[in-house]
Amino acid sequence: MIYLDSAATSLHKPPQVAQAAADAIVQLGNAGRGAHEATLSAGRVVYEVREKLSELFGVGDPMRVCMMFNATDALNTAIAGLIRPGDHVVTTEAEHNSVLRPLYRAQRQGAQLTIVPMDKRTGRVREADILAAIRPDTRAVVCAHASNVTGNVIDIETIGTYCRAHGVLFVVDAAQSAGTFAIDMQRMGISALCVPGHKGLFGPQGTGALCVAHGVHIAPLRVGGSGVHSFSHEHPTDYPTALEAGTLNTPGIAALSAGLDFILKTGITAIHAREIALARILYDGVHELDGVRVYGDWTTDRRAAIVTWSLTGWDSGEVSDILMQEYGICTRAGAHCAPLVHRAFGTGKGGLVRFSLSYFNTEEEVHAALDAVTELAQEDTTCGRKSHD
Amino acid sequence: MRQKKPRLIVTFETTTMALKMEKKCRAVGAPGRLIPVPREITAGCGLSWLAAPEERDRLISVMRDGEVIPQEIHIL
Repeated sequence: MIYLDSAATSLHKPPQVAQAAADAIVQLGNAGRGAHEATLSAGRVVYEVREKLSELFGVGDPMRVCMMFNATDALNTAIAGLIRPGDHVVTTEAEHNSVLRPLYRAQRQGAQLTIVPMDKRTGRVREADILAAIRPDTRAVVCAHASNVTGNVIDIETIGTYCRAHGVLFVVDAAQSAGTFAIDMQRMGISALCVPGHKGLFGPQGTGALCVAHGVHIAPLRVGGSGVHSFSHEHPTDYPTALEAGTLNTPGIAALSAGLDFILKTGITAIHAREIALARILYDGVHELDGVRVYGDWTTDRRAAIVTWSLTGWDSGEVSDILMQEYGICTRAGAHCAPLVHRAFGTGKGGLVRFSLSYFNTEEEVHAALDAVTELAQEDTTCGRKSHD
Repeated sequence: MRQKKPRLIVTFETTTMALKMEKKCRAVGAPGRLIPVPREITAGCGLSWLAAPEERDRLISVMRDGEVIPQEIHIL
């Protein structure tokens, strides 16, 4: 099986990740609950992950790294905890539903929403258009660093610097960039950084983080057990406890720690360079095939390693199924939870097929995928698809 | 009966801050360990740092350098 769906979750991870989870299940207690050795061991593991994430993302304070269960969890927490009725929020057409749906809910509760359009050909969202949408009553800009459909990357430092200078909060969805792009919250003016643990950070599913800048107060989405202030009716307000009600996913966090060790040792520059080199092989091979259209801006390598395409006359789900059944290649078809992107591209009906590359993919796998697309593109779709026997 | 010696107890608002204290103390070889908060103290977090009273100034220095924010410091 050739796994080319790392934008959904990283299946191939450093082997020490699984081992760390297995060890944690039999060795670690409940972090922050009591003072015996098993709980202290768990707490130390979680604290070290906060330190590593703080280092990786320039948070500047491990205490402001709050553990979440995925990027959607972090985005829901940040958006629900920051946006109030009457606030104005700027977002873009390039967003995933993990941004859009919490914002639509805020809109139903009285917030005002401006959705900045993307270029219908390249899918690019111009930073200048985002800044131009900011008004005196704008509370926040919420947007993805990299699109999960096109792989296009926006310049978050330009947006964050402007937001900081104008007193606007900047919430970044780093689902497709954490682990492969340099992110420095302090330098880039990011107020809240939402990251999944299970994609580019090589942790397991059920892990993620919300990193909160100094001076930013996020009202908790969940309240409850915290291991502290047990007799208070109110949930504690100090980070990270403020946003971490309930037992953490300690085995997952221990495994995430091993993934972060790999990233900090390997370096995000090297990781991205390898991923984009593999993506380039695919792009170069498929974009000139008859009937194939590749989406996104490929004029730069400053993009996520995502190659999303359509084949004239084919439904994306059918293509994805053939790639799995006949070639053993895992891809993601459909709308990718990004409805506005597909509406802008006009691909809402047939969807698109997405290859997303990992540091652990090989050139051989990429060439096998390229050969498969080439064969499909050569089929005569006017008479129905040809058999491969 | 065990004879009780005077104890220095540092409390914190969160368990994460208590764990940060442990990390900073271990890094510089400062004495002490994490224990459950003694019942005679009301503290936010159930973890506290136990050390000998004569270590007070050194621990305050470690906390200042390591950006560890205590809730309270007690001698019991």
